[in-house]
This record gives sequence, structure tokens and C-alpha cells, in this order.
Amino acid sequence: MTTITADGQIDDHAHDADHKPAFFQRWFMSTNHKDIGTLYLLFAIIAGIIGGAMSGLMRMELAEPGIQYLQTWASISNGTEASMDQAYHLWNVLITAHGLIMVFFMVMPAMIGGFGNWFVPLMIGAPDMAFPRMNNISFWLLVPAFLLLLGSAFVPGGTGMGAGTGWTVYAPLATSGSVGPAVDMAILSLHLAGASSILGAVNFITTIFNMRAPGMTLHKMPLFVWSVLVTAFLLLLSLPVLAAAITMLLTDRNFGTAFFDAAGGGDPVLYQHLFWFFGHPEVYIMILPGFGMVSHIVATFSRKPVFGYLGMAYAMVAIGVVGFVVWAHHMFTTGMSVNVKMYFTAATMVIAVPTGIKIFSWIATMWGGSMTFKTPMMWALGFIFMFTVGGVTGVVLANGGIDDNLHDTYYVVAHFHYVLSLGAVFSIFAGFYYWLPKMSGRMYSELLGQLHFWIFFIGVNVLFFPQHFLGQQGMPRRYPDYPDAYAYWNQISSLGYWIMLVGVAIFFVNLAYTFLAGRKAEGNYWGEGATTLEWTLTSPPPFHQFETLPRIK
Amino acid sequence: MTHYVKAWILALALVLSPAAVSAQEALPEAPGTEAAPAAAEAVDPAAQSSEAPAEAAAPTGLDPALYTPMKPTPGIGMPVDKGIDFQQQFSATGQQAKWINDAILVPMMFGVSLIVLGLMLWTVVRFRRGANPEPSKTTHNTFIEIIWTVIPVIILVVIAVPSISLLAQQFEPAPEDALTVKVTGYQWYWGYNYPDNGDFEVIANMLPEEEAVARGEPYQLAADNRMVIPVGKPVKMLITAADVIHSFAIPAAWFKLDAVPGRINEKVLQIDREGVYYGQCSELCGARHGFMPITVEVVSQEKFDNWVLANGGTVAGEEEAEEAEAGEAAETETASAEDTTEEAPADAAAATN
Repeated sequence: MTTITADGQIDDHAHDADHKPAFFQRWFMSTNHKDIGTLYLLFAIIAGIIGGAMSGLMRMELAEPGIQYLQTWASISNGTEASMDQAYHLWNVLITAHGLIMVFFMVMPAMIGGFGNWFVPLMIGAPDMAFPRMNNISFWLLVPAFLLLLGSAFVPGGTGMGAGTGWTVYAPLATSGSVGPAVDMAILSLHLAGASSILGAVNFITTIFNMRAPGMTLHKMPLFVWSVLVTAFLLLLSLPVLAAAITMLLTDRNFGTAFFDAAGGGDPVLYQHLFWFFGHPEVYIMILPGFGMVSHIVATFSRKPVFGYLGMAYAMVAIGVVGFVVWAHHMFTTGMSVNVKMYFTAATMVIAVPTGIKIFSWIATMWGGSMTFKTPMMWALGFIFMFTVGGVTGVVLANGGIDDNLHDTYYVVAHFHYVLSLGAVFSIFAGFYYWLPKMSGRMYSELLGQLHFWIFFIGVNVLFFPQHFLGQQGMPRRYPDYPDAYAYWNQISSLGYWIMLVGVAIFFVNLAYTFLAGRKAEGNYWGEGATTLEWTLTSPPPFHQFETLPRIK
Repeated sequence: MTHYVKAWILALALVLSPAAVSAQEALPEAPGTEAAPAAAEAVDPAAQSSEAPAEAAAPTGLDPALYTPMKPTPGIGMPVDKGIDFQQQFSATGQQAKWINDAILVPMMFGVSLIVLGLMLWTVVRFRRGANPEPSKTTHNTFIEIIWTVIPVIILVVIAVPSISLLAQQFEPAPEDALTVKVTGYQWYWGYNYPDNGDFEVIANMLPEEEAVARGEPYQLAADNRMVIPVGKPVKMLITAADVIHSFAIPAAWFKLDAVPGRINEKVLQIDREGVYYGQCSELCGARHGFMPITVEVVSQEKFDNWVLANGGTVAGEEEAEEAEAGEAAETETASAEDTTEEAPADAAAATN
């Protein structure tokens, strides 16, 4: 990557702490990219707590065979004694809500809304986003979306309260299979979240194309900005397809259409094609910004520029493009013809090539470097290895013939948690520790950061690695109970959850420490390895930065 | 052989897309692929080892009273306690798939992961600040970038060729005289129809825990009624659903196919060992998704016929056999047209060959 240096004086103190609007105006009517980024991060943390608590409930129930808690929980949420079926339905509500919350309300807001808003303008030397008011509505659409989804848990959704369709909302379970307003609320929630993301994507694309500082060509742009640009295009092209699919679900449910009803000439599998045409790019939406952050962190802590900058940038573009033509590997068992299955097998495997380029380029960035192992670097190293493990199981699943056994088993659950819970989430923590002092102006505790990393790292591996075994043995996903033979690894997996939870607790202690007792952070607290424009500003940056645009050599 | 050609075309496309250079390297891999099926047969331990049940007496006449449900063999056709591997496979495609996993995919996974881990550990030790205070300024090396693009491509081709052959093998159509079983997923149980045997239907619900234990079967895997099929013969499975999508799965036969309302999916199931095999619904279908297991009993042809009679079905006599042939003649055309879906579905079964 080209080293970027700001030419000339940056107004890093002239407007510090002035012109800040009053509380309500500042946080509820914000047009400031940093404040909106902060709102997004807070939102993601809250959603993460709720979604993470749901996985805790699930791991409690799965810790041993038999139904231990579900009926009690369903009775509490019903207010009356719940039947076994309602208890099982609650299980489906939990898996649905966990998936939707983690995808739409935790990972995406944190990466794109949070870090994207905060650092894209800073890294390209822009004073703010291109459309500051649209930025505000992007965030505020997310709040009612989240409330709709949470609210759906308390209205009828068929067998019991809440939408129990899985995050994929497959028809006909989500149409004729779930009566009651819960699924409608969940669908409208997705509509709002999708609109929010589309507006955000438009904003990022416009900002990145039009507001780069003089001299910053596309090929000098920091990799995080590249990753957000590719992500924004994926969002812009895939979310309308999701919107169309769930709108058809809505009309099938409420207005008598039959898009996905075979009896009326429709096709349930059509829904799956539409959903996964969105759904597969979505998984890259969740990981690409992480790729960008990890590149910066690895370069910073190796005191060495990123190896193969152009290869890194265009690998992300390639992943984005190929990511659009592999969707049906999520549907290998729906009864596709052999030619289609062969194509999707081959196309899916192609993605391993640009992904491999990224992994090896990160290692080559470290090679010959002068490395230190501060908390962000630990998370980045953890990310690289864990993402590799999740990647190789992805290559296994890419084989349509092999997937016939593994499809919809815990092997798939293990795979996507390795790339998301150990991939995307690791990169979010990496970015968070990397930039927290920049955002807050205070240093976190290095000791607590390291402790957080190691405990979380052990916890999630104990949690998710045994799920490969369960999947190979044939345990289907989305099951509240299982035959005794699966008890051992489920128990280990549940144990891992509690270890992970200790790590998360340390994170919150560290967060409190940072704001209460953290020492003041300098402008560039990482030293010479940190070369992008945000490091030329104070920590935290002034309320309005770059009123005189920096010039890039 | 056409599927080999197809496999190679796809493999070639895979090679050409990111790096045309690697085409030459890819060619020497061919013998390995040809060897794959042979090796799988050599490995195959279980197909012949008949721990055949004791009650497989061979009566000359048919008598429904001679059918008694078989007891499952512990550890066969079901998950094993603390198990980490795939279930033992009892179909040819299953053994082939497991061979690809064990011989190619698992070494690939460990190889790639360990190489990445090894390189990371090496850089962490060798290039820590203490050991290397002055960082190098290297940012490019075209040669090494080509290497780490081409080598993954080669690895993928090595995986893709047997994998795509496996797909072709899984899509071999059933012979025209194959027994047909129609499976219907309901919320929340399975129905098995035998159209060749008088079209009787068997309804299979999950056994409650006490009954499963009493019968010596694993709870949550055992159903009150079983889908019974003859051993060692291809069975044409027609799979559909009546309400929402379900998925019919038998892990020990590497078999999984969705049951989609309004569609009839077709796939061949052949299990080469007598015994009981369990599976579970594998597509979220509502509240009791976790409680509609699949129990398959694989028996000798005679015992199968007895079972059919015991369920009020008919066993193909002379006349019926002729009728059946006439009926299947139309189907044969669609079935023999290999792996495409262009035919008008004279018979809905052809919908997804």
C-alpha cells in the first residue's frame, strides 16, 4: 500500500470542542459522521448483547439432552402455561432472532455504520460524508427495524409467540406455515434495515468517489476504504433483491398472491434463489470491512506497508464479483439438476483463490516486519488463522456431492461461525481496540485487552470446534433436542459459551476502564506503522476535520 | 464416461478463470482421479460384511407373518457416542464421498491450516521487534504472488475433478425396473408410499422415549413405522411434501434431498447392507422439526415382499409385472436422458433428475 502522508498543516486543534450542538440535537439530529458512527457502534453493542444472550439461552438448552428450560421460558413470555409445541416454537424464535440480530443489527452496523462512518471520511481526508442527513436517517431507520424485530417475539406467529421461520424466512413455512402478525413484523423489520443499508451504501459510494482528498487516487486509497467501497456495491446490488423477495412473502401472506405457493403456480424454491442471491453477497458484506481493518492493523504492528496492495484491493473486488454468482451452493439439496450443481460447486471453489491471496499477503506483510503484539494485533492474528479454518471447511462444503451429507447439519453451523463469530467478530474487536483511543481520546487497558482476547479465543474455539464433529455425525441444525449420542460434544460446546462470556465481561470492564480511568491518547498512539490520515489528527479528532483539505503526495 | 468429460470441462474452466498459466500443471493429476473409484471399492469394508440379522431365514413362500422388525446394530446407521467422524457409509456414493473427504479434503484442510499456522508462528518468532528491530520495506514480489495464486488453483482442481465425478455418480438415474418409493413430508411426520406395490402408505411418527427404549432403539431417531427397502438394489426415491419444506436425510447413505411442496424430487437410494438406518428432518419445518425422524429398514427381497404383504400391499406377480413394465416404458425415456431437465415431465418424477 502506498504510504499516505498529509502535506501541510492539518487543523487538528483549531475547531476542537467547539460548535458542538446541545445533547438532543447532537445525538438525535446528528449530521456528523463521527457522532453517527458512535451511535451505530452503541447500537451494535446493545444488539450484540441481546443476540449473544439468545445464543446463551440456546447453549443452556442444548447443554444436555431433553428439554430443560424452553417450556419455562415460553410460559414466562406467554404469561400462561406453555405447551410443548409452544416451547419448541420458542426455540425457532430464538434461532431466528439470533441470526437476524447478529447479521443485521450487530455485524453490519458495527462494521459499515460504525467503523465505516467513523473512518472512511477520516482516511480519505474528507470533512464528512457526502449526504450527512441521509446518514442520520440510515441510522434512525435501524432503530424501528430492531424494535419491530424484538416486538415480533411478543405477538402470535403460528404455533406460539414470535417468528419461528429461521433467519432465511423460507416459504412456505413463512407464508402458510406461520399465521399471525409476528412474521409480518419481522419482514417489515428487514425492509427497514434493508432501506437503511441501501441509503448507507449510496452515501459511501458517493463519498468515496467524490470526496477523496486531492492526490488520493483510487490506487492510493487505504484498504479499509476499498473494502467499504466493495461492500457498499454489494449492498446496493443485493439488498433490492431481498426487498423484492420479502415483499412477495408479504403479499403471499396477506393479499392472496402465490409467488411461492405451488398450488397457485408459484415456486417455494424461487424464494430460496432470491433470498440467497442476496444472502451470499451478504456474507461478504459481513467480512470484507473486516479484511480492510485487518490489513491496516497487520501493517501498523509490523511497521511495514501492506504487501501486494493492488492484489489485496482487487482480491476484494474479485470476491465481491464472484460472490454474486455462487448463491445456489446454499441450496444443494433442493433438487437442482446435475449441471447446475456442478457449476455452483466449481464457482464456489474459485472464491478460495482471492481469499488465499489475502491470507498469504497478510503473512507476507508480517514477513520481514518488526512486530509488536498489542491487543488489536492479537485479534488480527486470531482472525487470520480462524478465518483460514472457517475457509477450508467452506471448501469442503462447496462440493455439492459432499454437501449432500453435511447440508443443514452442525458442520455448517461450525463453518459459518468460524468465518463470522471468529472471523467477522474478531475483526470487529481488532478494529475496536485499534481505534477506540482514536474515537474516545483515552487508552484502553492493554492487560485487560490481552485477557479478553485469550479467554474469548479459547471460549469460541471450545464452543464451535466440536460442532464440526456433531455435523459429521449427522446432527441437524435448528434442533432444540437431540439423541443421546450427541450429548458429549454439545456439553463441551455449551461449556465454551461460558468461557467466551467471561471474555465478553472483561471487554465491558475494559470499556468502563477506558472511559473512567484510561490515560489520554496522543494523535498517533501506534507510532510509525500507522500511516493513514486519521493518525494525523488528534484523538479524538476535532468535531469537524479537514476544513483545509490535506494533499496526498 | 460423459460425466468425466463434463468434469474436465468444468475443471478446465476453473483453471482458466484466475490463471491460465496453471493449465499445464493441472494435467498430470488425471491418473489420480481415475484411481479414485477403484480405491474406494478397495477400502469398502462394510458392504459385504453382513452382520445380517438372525431372522433372515429364507422361506420359499411368501407369508406376511414372516416379517418381524429388525433390531438396529449399535453404532451402525446412527450417530455414536462422542463420535467425531462421518457415520459409516453403506452406499456406493456414500463410500465414494467419504473417500473424497478422507483422502483429499481432510488432508487439504489440515495441510492449509497448518501451513498458515506454521508461517504465522514463524513470522511471530522471527520478525518480532526483539529479533528484527528494523523492518524491511518490501511491498511486492510478483513471483511469490503468482505462486500463491497458482498453487491454490491446482489444489482446487485436484478437489474438483473427483468431486464433480461424484456428483455425476449421484445423479445416475435409476434403472427402469427399480422399486419406487414416494416419500411425503408432513408437519410433523413422514409418509412412505409404494406405488409399485398397490400404493399403500406407511405413516411414520417419532416413538415416545419409553417405547423407543422398549424396542431397543435410539430415542428421537426411532419412528413407529419404518420405510422398508430391499438390500443392494437401487430404489427410486420420489420426495415431496404436503405443507412446508422438509428434508429427507439418511446420513449413513450420504443421502439428503429436500421435500418441497408442489415438486417431486428424485434420487436413487441404494443401501448395500441389511440393517436399520436412521435420519432426521433436515429443513426447518416448524415447531416439531426436531421430532420427525426417519427410520429405514433394509432387508432381503423376500423379507421385503413379506413386509409389503403385511402392510396390505401387493407383490408383483406375473400380470402385475407386465403392467408395471408398460407403465414404466414412458418413464424410461425421461430417465435415460442423462442429467438434463429439458424433457416435458410426462411424469412429475422427471422434474429434477
